[in-house]
Amino acid sequence: MVGYLFLAIAIISLAGFYAGRSKAQTSVGKLSELHSLPNFHGGFIAAWIGIPSIIVVLLWLLFQGTVIDNLLLSSLPADKVEGMDQAQLSLVLSEVRSVAAGNIFGDPEPHIIAAAERYNSWYSISRWSMVAVALAMCLIALLFTRSKISGRFRARHRVERIMDGIMVVCSVIAILTTFGIVVSLLVEALRFFDLVSPLEFFFGLNWEPQIAIRADQVTGGGAFGAIPVFIGTLQIAFLAMSVATPLGLFSAIYLTEYSGPRFRKAIKPVLEILAGIPTVVYGFFAVLVVAPSMREFGATIGLDIAPNSALAAGAVMGIMLIPFVSSLSDDAISSVPDAMRHGSYGLGATKGETIIKVLLPAALPGIMGGILLATSRAIGETMIVVMAAGIIATLTMNPLEPVTTVTVQIVTLLIGDTEFDNPKTLAAFALGLVLFVVTLMLNILAQRVVRKYRERYE
Amino acid sequence: MSDTALHSPPGPIRSHDWGSASARKRVKRRYMHDRILQWVGLGSIGTGVVLLLILLSSLVSTGLPAFQTTKVALDLFIDPSLVSREDPGKGNFRKITRDAFAKYFPDVTSRSDKRQLYKIMSSGAPFNVRKHILKNPELIGQNISYAVPLSDPYDQLHKGVIPRQIEALSRGQQQLGEQLKQRRLLSLEDGKTAANLTIFINPELVNAEDPAGGDFAPMLAEAIRAIFPRASPTITRDILAPDAADTVKQTVVEAPALIGKTLQLKVPVSQNFDNLFRTGEAMIDNPRFGDPKVFAWYDSLAERNLLQSNFSIELFTNADSRFPEQAGLLGAIAGSFFSLVVCFLLSFVAGIAAAIYLEEFAPKNKFTDLIEVNINNLAAVPSVVFGLLGLAVFLGTFGMPRSSPLVGGMVLSLMTLPTIIIATRAALQAVPPSIREAALGVGASRHQVITHHVLPLAMPGILTGTIIGLAQALGETAPLLLIGMNAFIPSIESIGILEPATALPTQIFSWADSPERGFVSRTSAAILILLGFLFIMNATAIYLRQKFERRW
Repeated sequence: MVGYLFLAIAIISLAGFYAGRSKAQTSVGKLSELHSLPNFHGGFIAAWIGIPSIIVVLLWLLFQGTVIDNLLLSSLPADKVEGMDQAQLSLVLSEVRSVAAGNIFGDPEPHIIAAAERYNSWYSISRWSMVAVALAMCLIALLFTRSKISGRFRARHRVERIMDGIMVVCSVIAILTTFGIVVSLLVEALRFFDLVSPLEFFFGLNWEPQIAIRADQVTGGGAFGAIPVFIGTLQIAFLAMSVATPLGLFSAIYLTEYSGPRFRKAIKPVLEILAGIPTVVYGFFAVLVVAPSMREFGATIGLDIAPNSALAAGAVMGIMLIPFVSSLSDDAISSVPDAMRHGSYGLGATKGETIIKVLLPAALPGIMGGILLATSRAIGETMIVVMAAGIIATLTMNPLEPVTTVTVQIVTLLIGDTEFDNPKTLAAFALGLVLFVVTLMLNILAQRVVRKYRERYE
Repeated sequence: MSDTALHSPPGPIRSHDWGSASARKRVKRRYMHDRILQWVGLGSIGTGVVLLLILLSSLVSTGLPAFQTTKVALDLFIDPSLVSREDPGKGNFRKITRDAFAKYFPDVTSRSDKRQLYKIMSSGAPFNVRKHILKNPELIGQNISYAVPLSDPYDQLHKGVIPRQIEALSRGQQQLGEQLKQRRLLSLEDGKTAANLTIFINPELVNAEDPAGGDFAPMLAEAIRAIFPRASPTITRDILAPDAADTVKQTVVEAPALIGKTLQLKVPVSQNFDNLFRTGEAMIDNPRFGDPKVFAWYDSLAERNLLQSNFSIELFTNADSRFPEQAGLLGAIAGSFFSLVVCFLLSFVAGIAAAIYLEEFAPKNKFTDLIEVNINNLAAVPSVVFGLLGLAVFLGTFGMPRSSPLVGGMVLSLMTLPTIIIATRAALQAVPPSIREAALGVGASRHQVITHHVLPLAMPGILTGTIIGLAQALGETAPLLLIGMNAFIPSIESIGILEPATALPTQIFSWADSPERGFVSRTSAAILILLGFLFIMNATAIYLRQKFERRW
C-alpha cells in the first residue's frame, strides 16, 4: 500500500518533470530566451510534487499509530478500563490489535471485538485519507507550479535553493543524532534516578539488577550500585591496553623506522585485516580458543582460571586494538620531520637511540592521543566482553576471575523483556549515559593532547 | 645557545680515543641496543601476524565440517493413507520417515530401543520429507529414495569431530592417580587394583554393638584426604570403588576390636581408576550418545553404505533451526541484506549531500563548526550507544516495528554516515580546483560545477568510502542486538523489511550461545561466510580505488 503510494508519487513527479520541461520549451520561441535550462523547470515541478507529499506521508505513518491508539483507548467502555495502569492498557491494546489482525486466541470479550472492528475501520480510513491527501498535494503542486513556468521564470535559482535546503537538512542529521543520543539517554537516565538515587548508583558496591517483573518471579532484590561494573570495565580496558600498547607501538616503530618499503607494504594490509574483523568474531575466538587454552595453561601451573576470566576478554580485546594503536603511532612517528632524524644521525646516534631519544619524545602527544582513543574504544567495546566476560558483577581486582563491564550490563539488561517503566531497563540507559560521557571525554582529551602538546617543527 | 654558554670559560679540551677498547665496547653495546629494539619491533609484528593466523586457522578448522552434512538414504513409501492427495501438508510424515528408517533394523523391536534408534535421524527429517513431497505431490503413493540428515551427535561422529569414547577421568584425577602410583600405595589383588589406605575406625561413626550399621564412607574419605590434603572432594570422591566401604565394614565386623584404632587396609579402587592403573588410560563411551547399543546401529548403517556426506547446501538455503544439522543462514543473510540496503539508501544520499554542503557551500561559522565537531565525535561513539538511541527513539518514541531490518538499517546508517561524509569530503578535496575554475569559467553555476564535474570525478572515492562503511555496518552486532534483530526465524517465508529478522552477526552471536556441539562448527562456518562477504566488499573497494584513482 505505502509502497504503491511512493511509486505513484514518483510517477507523478516524473510526469511533472516532463510537463514542466515541455512547457518551458514551448513557452518561448527560441530556447535561448529561457532564463533557465528546460530541465531546471522540470526539476522545479518534480521537487514541489515529490518532497512535500513524501514528508507528509512519512509524518502520517509515524503518528497514525499513536493517534489511533489514543482514539481507541478513549473509545473503550469506561467500566472496562477503569483503574488500569499503563501496562494493562497496553496489554488491552495489543489484544485489540491481534484480534484486528485476525489472530484470535480463545474467546475475546465483545468490547474487544467491537474495538478491533473500530480499529480496522479507522486504520482503513487513515490509510485512504493519507493516499487522498498525498495525491491531492501532488496534483495541487503540479497545477500551481506548472502555472508559474514561463520563459523568464528563474527556475535554476529555485531548484538550487531547494538543493541547498536538502543539503543543509542532511548535514543537520549529524547534530540531530548527537542530540537524539543525549536527550534519549538523559531522559531515561533521569527517570532511572527518580527510582534509584544517584548516590547509590555511582558509589554503591552491590550490582544485582535482575528484579522481578512479575510478582511470582524469584530473583535478586535489585541493587544498583555500579562501582563493581565500573571497576570491571576499567580492569578489562587496562588489560587490553597492556596487550595492545606495546605490541602496537613496537610494530609501528619497526614499520616506520626499520622495515623496507616492500615489507611495510606487505605487512600493513595484514594489520588492516586484524582491524576489519568484526568484534563478534573476536568474541567467538575468545570463547573458542583463548579462554579454554588459558584455563588449560592455568591448570598445568596450578592456577584456577575462570572460563570467562577478565584476562581472556582483555587479551582478545588487546589483539583487536593492536592495529588501531599501531596505525595511530605510525602516523605520529612518521609525521616527525626528517630533519630531526638526520640531525640525530649526524650527531652519531644509532637508529635505536634516535627513536628512543628523539622520535618518541617528539611523537609522544600523537602516541598518547592514539592510546587514549584506543582506551575509549576498549571501554565502549561490546561484543567481545558480552561473549567472553562475566555477567555477574563481582568486586575484584583478580584478572583470573570473571568481571562484568558497562557494555555487558547494557546488553544483558536490554535483551529480552524491555519495559520502559522498569528500573532494570532504565539502568541500562543510565549506564549508557556514563559510557557516552566517558568515551566522549576521552576523545576530546585525546584531541586536546594532540593539539596542545604537539611540537611544531617548521 | 644561551648567553652563559657563550661566556663560560673554555674548559680543557679532552682528547678522545675512539679506537680504545672501552670506546669500542661502548659502541658495540649501543648497536646491540639498536638491534634489540629492532628485534622487539619485528617480534611485535610477528605476534600480531601469528595471532591473526591462529584466529583464522581455528575458525577454518572448526568451521569447515559444517559445510558438509551427513545424510542417510531412506527408501520411503509415501503411503496415500497417511498423506492425502488433497491436503498433503497435513500428512503423517513422521510415521513414514520412521517406518522407512526402522526397515533397516528389523531386529530392533522394543519401544525404548526404537526411541533410541530414531534419535540417529534428525528430528527435522519428517519436515524435510514433507517439503520434498509438497514440492512434488505426484510422488504420493510411490516408493522414493530420499536422504535425510543425521541428528547432530551422529553427524559430528561421522565427521570425527566428537569421539566415540572419551576419557573418563579429568586431568586432575589422572594426576592424583599418578601420585598414588608414585607413592606406591597401589597393589594388584585378584586382577583388580586396590589402594593401600591408612584408615582410622572412628568410634563416633561405628558402634561396637552393631558394627555392621556403622557409617564407613566418611572414614574412607578421611583416609583419602590424609593422602591428598589439598585436593577438593569433588575430584577425590571417584577414586575408590562404590563398594569400598563394604570392604572396611567386613573387616570391622570380623574384628570389632579395631574400632577406635588405625589400620592398614587394601581397598578396591573404582572401575575407571582400575583401568587407568592397569592399562594406562580410562575410556568410557561418550555419554552424549546414551545407550552404547547405538554405536552398533550407526556402524551397520555405515557398513551398508547408507551414509553419505555431501556439501551442505542447506547451510545457505535453510532458515534458522533449533537442530544444528538443519540450521541455515538464509534468514540471516536476507536480514543483513535488507538492513544494508536501507542503510545504503539513507546514508549514501544523506552522506553525499552533507559532505557537499560542508565542503563546497557551507559558510565558515559557529553552526558549521558544530556540525563538523559532531561528525567527528559521532565516528567515535561506541556502537552500543547507537543501539540505545534506536531503542529509545525509533522503537520507543516512533513505535517502529521491533526487530525489523528497517530499524536495523536506520541505526546502522547513523553509524556509517560519518564514515561516508569523511570519505566524500576527502574525495571532493582531491578534485583539483582547476576543474572547478574551468567549469565556472564557461558559465556553469556552482551547483552545476558540483553535479556535472566535481561529483562524477569524486565518485570512485565516494564509492570506496561507502563500501568500507557498509562493510563495517555488516559486521556490527551490538546495536542490532539492542533493537532485537536477533529474532529466531525458522521459516524463510517471513522475510520482509518490516518483519522481525536476524542478521549475520547476530545469528553468529545466537549460535555461539547455543549449547549443542554442532552449533560450534555452524558458528565458525557462519563467521567464515561473514568474513567472505567482508573480503568481497573490501576487495571491491580496493579495486575501485586502484582502477579509478586519478592523480592530477
